[in-house]
Amino acid sequence: MAGSEEGEVDMAEKQNYTMGELLACAASRILEDDTSIFVGTGLPMIASMLAQRTHAPGLMIIFEAGGIGPQLPALPISVGDSRTFHRAVAASGMHDVMSACQCGYIDYGFLGAAQIDKYGNINTTVIGDHDKPKVRLPGSGGANDIGSLCHKTIIIMRQDKQRFVEKVDFLTTPGYLNGGDARERVGLPKNSGPYRVITQLGIYGFEDDSKRMKLISMHPGITVDDVRENSSFDMIIPADVTVTEPPAEEELELLKQLDPEGMAIGK
Amino acid sequence: MKVLDEGKGELIGWRDPDEHREWIRQNKTRALVDKRMSVKEAVSSFIDDGTFFASGGFGHVRVSMPVIYEMIRQKKKNIAMAGKTAVHDLDILVGAGCVDRVEVAYSFGHEMRGLSPASRRAVEGGACRVVAETSNAGYQWRFLGGMMGLPFIPSRNLLGTDTFRYSSCKVAEDPFTGRPICLIPSCNPDVVAIHVHRCDMYGNAQIDGITVEDFELSRAARRLIITTEEVIDNEAIRENPCDTIIPFYLVDAVVEAPYGSHPCQMPYMYFFDEEHISEWLQMSKTPEGTAEYFDKYVYGTKDFNDYIELVGGMSKMDYLRRVEYLEEPMKAPWLEAKRGK
Repeated sequence: MAGSEEGEVDMAEKQNYTMGELLACAASRILEDDTSIFVGTGLPMIASMLAQRTHAPGLMIIFEAGGIGPQLPALPISVGDSRTFHRAVAASGMHDVMSACQCGYIDYGFLGAAQIDKYGNINTTVIGDHDKPKVRLPGSGGANDIGSLCHKTIIIMRQDKQRFVEKVDFLTTPGYLNGGDARERVGLPKNSGPYRVITQLGIYGFEDDSKRMKLISMHPGITVDDVRENSSFDMIIPADVTVTEPPAEEELELLKQLDPEGMAIGK
Repeated sequence: MKVLDEGKGELIGWRDPDEHREWIRQNKTRALVDKRMSVKEAVSSFIDDGTFFASGGFGHVRVSMPVIYEMIRQKKKNIAMAGKTAVHDLDILVGAGCVDRVEVAYSFGHEMRGLSPASRRAVEGGACRVVAETSNAGYQWRFLGGMMGLPFIPSRNLLGTDTFRYSSCKVAEDPFTGRPICLIPSCNPDVVAIHVHRCDMYGNAQIDGITVEDFELSRAARRLIITTEEVIDNEAIRENPCDTIIPFYLVDAVVEAPYGSHPCQMPYMYFFDEEHISEWLQMSKTPEGTAEYFDKYVYGTKDFNDYIELVGGMSKMDYLRRVEYLEEPMKAPWLEAKRGK
């Protein structure tokens, strides 16, 4: 329940991989070995499991309902179901893991979003007015906690003009608020906040001082115009933008084993 | 402490700590007494119209379904519910018209399965009102404060967001660091229902696997209904006291209910009944379908055992056990539909 939407999955044309597979690999490669990650269901979980089986065997997965360090036998449906503490080091509770997060034990947090703005603030609560909603979404769940308390937040979502917006309809989870040192000024933990945003078009980060979103890499076949045309805010496009490395054969093999049903990565 | 900001959400379930102590003193027995009763009696004794209700487990994991179905059967009205990771429990209570107010951490969704048609329709159409927003840790810490007999818990989440603006929290200047800190108001719900693996007739209860929020929620509750897969002897409790998550003095009713989490999961016992959940998600797309579901599975059954028979009886329960133990793949029509999309 960390976020309401795991990235949608489209077939990447003329490639030997699906968009879901590309996103899972891109997310997986960001995660360093011997770190900890707070995950939700869907794509983030697959990305974490892939990282464990490739470059980051020491990645510790934590679920908000209390599963700590499981050896996941199958993709869980719920972040509280029994798969999330299968062969785990501890089956604990929410107070314990949320407190660990607040104390600084958790390096990464994965989130989904219905809308995001240029400072990485995200909405998973409502489209339209809060009291007269056009679409009511599930709300924060653990997203506000993860976005407030993890050291680095990674957001996976679909990108278009309706989702990459100048102002989110509802600020559910803090990014860099209105930029600069705004997070610290409101009392959020120092040196925390959004780290990467991964979409079907590319991977984004945030400028050091302004904390505005900037392009880091584009997926194969994507142009700067595609990136610009699918954002309602002005995206920073540095000169040194790279191309996302496509999934390797080994990664594709592993993904098929991890999600044979195509629950998260699509078929 | 200087208050810097205040959320505009409605403050529900908050008690003055002295008033709560006095209520506990007057109303909660410390005697070891047999608390076994039927779910009908438990719901009619403790759940009134207008009650503030919270459900244990995690939305569709270890949920007290006999209590939820009985609330619908007894046509409870104007219930306010804690939308603490609320999934199937909240969705059907809103769908049945029992719940008309929710404080939302996570509500109106079914995680991987998508959004909840019935409760979304109610909240978008105005039949159910969101009285406040919070987060999962935000709600959890409301119960922590409630369990501790304190007025609030300080925290570092929620700050700077609309989630805070629509919450019942405050921001104050922390007297130690001088920086802003969020103050989360404590919560003592009127009634809590928690489903457990086993307990004795006094209410000493064991839970296998993650406790989610139930350690804190059971202690924050005013009235606590325990439904249990099995009632065991007090001797068995005393042999392994470290397994007791909920001690008897917190408990008001013990209801024996095998398979009592169905169609939700019971860790180490049975998996989600994805076919049944898909049927609900499909039928609840229209108000007519929603009514039909309740006619068939709640009003049309005389009790929970009757319902278990209707959804497939022992052969279904054995299948769900095999899926839980990874001995058989799950059948999930919602996943088929998602893939076909």
